[in-house]
Amino acid sequence: MDPRESRGMNDDFRPRLFVDGIRFVLDNASLIAAKTLEHLVLSGAAIGVALAIAVPLGVLLGHAHRGAFLAINVGNVGRALPSLALIAFGLPIFGISFTNVLVALVVLAIPPMLLNTYVAIDGVDADAVGAARGMGMTEGQIVRRVELPLALPLIFAGVRIAAVFVVATATIAAIAGGGGLGDIIVNQASYRLRGVVGASMCVIVLALAVSAALAALQRLVTPPNLRPRVLMLEPTHVPSLASRADPEPGP
Amino acid sequence: MTALAQAQPVIPDFGRGSDCVRENRTFCWDWVRDHWDDTLQPRLLEHVELTAYAVGIGFAIAFVAALVAYRHRSFEGAFGFTSELLYTIPSLALFQLLVPVTGLTITTVEIALVSYTLLILFRNVVAGLRAVPDDVLEAARGMGFTRAQTLLRVELPLAAPSILAGVRIAAVSTISLATIAAFVLPEGLGQPILDGLRTFFKTKFIAAGALAVALAIATDALLVLVQRSLTPWTRASRAG
Repeated sequence: MDPRESRGMNDDFRPRLFVDGIRFVLDNASLIAAKTLEHLVLSGAAIGVALAIAVPLGVLLGHAHRGAFLAINVGNVGRALPSLALIAFGLPIFGISFTNVLVALVVLAIPPMLLNTYVAIDGVDADAVGAARGMGMTEGQIVRRVELPLALPLIFAGVRIAAVFVVATATIAAIAGGGGLGDIIVNQASYRLRGVVGASMCVIVLALAVSAALAALQRLVTPPNLRPRVLMLEPTHVPSLASRADPEPGP
Repeated sequence: MTALAQAQPVIPDFGRGSDCVRENRTFCWDWVRDHWDDTLQPRLLEHVELTAYAVGIGFAIAFVAALVAYRHRSFEGAFGFTSELLYTIPSLALFQLLVPVTGLTITTVEIALVSYTLLILFRNVVAGLRAVPDDVLEAARGMGFTRAQTLLRVELPLAAPSILAGVRIAAVSTISLATIAAFVLPEGLGQPILDGLRTFFKTKFIAAGALAVALAIATDALLVLVQRSLTPWTRASRAG
């Protein structure tokens, strides 16, 4: 159904809708809570699966200083995939299901994680790695004790970008049976415009909360003396990183 | 077009067309051929238009903001933080929340799309300007360049690779986000995708989705070429 029909072609300024939206959220607190939980479970599952794939692969490639082409191009192609199209492509394969939506979200989450992990590990100071090798550390020890701790802030930045993407896209995924708060937003016929507005506000709060929580976590894992190093990434070499890897809001 | 589609029965009418279309197989070339002119091509052009306006307006705002931020650090923090917040807002929610204010119009869509380009463009312009080496600026000053001359002839050309990289990322992201605009405005490639999904007519959403992906990849490639031809000096040092 076309939203135009139920709303009329030219809605004038209707700020009352925001009040109605908030009232909807308060009146349907249990529905909103259930949908928010669904949203978080779906997003969390997607981020978990993507983490399990992207981070080990990025560490492996970064440690070997190989596959820059792969990591950067996966990053670029990933950005070029419209999420709505991705969800659509999965439908004939998986049907209207949780799996379809999960696959789409994982595919979206992998590129920023892989790119950031690769660049972070690859960019660890060669002197530090050399010194570790000179001390007789095995390759596994070098990865665990030198490269990963130094790369952690940037890896976290990638996870945070991916998480923001996933929470946003999980909203759209409702059209393909993903559940979550998007269920209310795409279902104007059942929930009316105030439901749509209310759920939209909830999604925004949820996205900001997830982003803020991960930012706090990122700050926690970043030793203060490392912060400038992260900021010094050359923007021209890895453009996507320069613009996205450092979502540290200003002061 | 949309009004007509609305008037049709709830059960999708695949009656006309080939066996493939009637049986709703995964992909039917003949449907794409038959509906290129009346469905796919106009939506593709609308999509390009939506993206071009968003990136153009976004660039104008971000560029001016970046120039101010380059001189005043406090503004960099404020604008960066604001655009960061906007960037975090899920697109579907932003579209829906703008509807009570600006209606089901192209303004709603463009406000949202523009706001998503700001962070990337702003960051890249500022980063590009800040990366200009101090001794180059010193040399420009020594040659008697004014501030404006330094900006136009030294700083902006040196920042060009980073600025263009930002435009590229912004354009590709906007193409992706513009598909979601179809939830509030039946324009762009999102419209046939969404329509196909709602009627579960596979060919329609696969064809339109593929077009959106192809548009993003083609735009990316085109802008890489522009980037290289405008800044030939970066090619030698490109890491990958």
